[in-house]
Amino acid sequence: MLEVDRDPACAAIPHPQHAFEVTLTVNGEEHRLPVDARTTLLDALRDRLHLTGTKKGCGLGQCGACTVIVDGRRVVSCLTLAVMNQGKRIETIEGLGNGSLHPVQQAFIDHDAFQCGYCTPGQIMSAIGLIQEGRTRSDDEIRENMSGNICRCGAYTNIVAAIKDAIARGLDPREAMTEAVEAIRQDAERGA
Amino acid sequence: MVPFSYTAVTNPNDAMERAARSAGVEYIAGGTDMLQLLQEGVRAPMELVDINGIGFDDVSVAVDGVRIGAMARLADVADDPTVRERFPAVAEALHESASPQVRNMASVGGNLLQRTRCLYFRDVTTPCNKREPGSGCSAWFGQNRINAVLGGSPDCFAAYPGDLAVALIAMDAEVMVSGPTGERTILVEKLHRDPSEAPHIETVLKPGDLITAIWIPLPAAGRRSHYLKVRDRATFEWALTSAAVSIGFDGERVLDVRVAVGGVGTRPWRLPHVEAMLIDRNLDRDLARAAGERAADGAESRGENAFKIPLLKKTVERALLRIAGLGAGDQP
Repeated sequence: MLEVDRDPACAAIPHPQHAFEVTLTVNGEEHRLPVDARTTLLDALRDRLHLTGTKKGCGLGQCGACTVIVDGRRVVSCLTLAVMNQGKRIETIEGLGNGSLHPVQQAFIDHDAFQCGYCTPGQIMSAIGLIQEGRTRSDDEIRENMSGNICRCGAYTNIVAAIKDAIARGLDPREAMTEAVEAIRQDAERGA
Repeated sequence: MVPFSYTAVTNPNDAMERAARSAGVEYIAGGTDMLQLLQEGVRAPMELVDINGIGFDDVSVAVDGVRIGAMARLADVADDPTVRERFPAVAEALHESASPQVRNMASVGGNLLQRTRCLYFRDVTTPCNKREPGSGCSAWFGQNRINAVLGGSPDCFAAYPGDLAVALIAMDAEVMVSGPTGERTILVEKLHRDPSEAPHIETVLKPGDLITAIWIPLPAAGRRSHYLKVRDRATFEWALTSAAVSIGFDGERVLDVRVAVGGVGTRPWRLPHVEAMLIDRNLDRDLARAAGERAADGAESRGENAFKIPLLKKTVERALLRIAGLGAGDQP
């Protein structure tokens, strides 16, 4: 029993629970893992599932380095608790690469859309979310809707170019995402 | 973060029942402000009650208004065709809030209750009356560029940071609240308290109260509306000043008007004396300038936030010019 449970004020709370077993479906693979209520989704991905592609920047939702896609929507994984994502479908940067690069990844390389690369997984996941949302009708709209992702190297111009190129190539990121997830699932089955 | 207990509920009554037991029990919805406050040690709840499973997340149109479920996400409400068409100031305020990722997560009910960005409220190593009653106000002699010029005192002049509440006041919107004593409605204008006596108590909500919806009455849809936000950078930033203006016109003549401002008050701030200047007059450039001039009546600066007073005047003037179609090439 934790210290906090012995606090008399806590007697008002019936059945306090601090430890949980949570099921997260990450890149098509189901994981059951014990977590403390305090564990953020970001820390669960990085420290528990060792999916360190998702980066921890500010931890306060301001930089976007931890962007992942949850149930089809881009979110910052630092501002949500792992327990709040019970049963959710989570897609991370690791879910994209499966032998070949995702079109947005390839476009980032082709356009030098990064220097140090730390923000890049978040930029790419955010760009995929952006393309799915269809908020790409102009450079201004792309910039406005990539504003949740900070790049300290200042690769913004090339990030916009990469996103436009990925769209221009006519590659549907939703299909690419599904293929990558399916391939991972097949790999997992073969492994088992 | 201190340890806390967590319970996910699917029924609003379960949520209210748990939250009414102790002030140490708090709701978590989108979590985008709560997680920051937990990470910074500003909040240390004994239990978080996850209300994401209770529903109340749709926008529904009735004959006399629009009901926005409190759990609806900022992004969804901002894109809702009815909201965009009938209450453009609300859609604008939401589109200009936070980042795309945060808008996908944050609930509109939670957004109304977001805590101040005052540097000292979020820095637990310093005194702050809002965070720790009686400890003093560090901003009074400290870095106070973002702090309020309306409604403050030496005890607290932390600015209310939100956009949505400001736009909703211009719509005469209400929040629908369920609580241990039943259901009631509260005008958004009356939701937040002045900090004068107890800066740490920010709203009129009681333990166990749960905002279930935002109600925008239909007459607001008959007025033109606009939300103008001024900030340090073009996007993903809180307002230094903002103005929500809603006007019913007969030609150029103002029949009905609401003016509310943000970024400048200790709570979302309505300007009835500015409204009185506009009513039954033709809104032209001179009137917009005169009304803007009065927008900061009663404002008091403290050191670094003095720029907000002239900025507020110009923000209100520009919002009025835009809504009258007189914006110099920058009509919304």
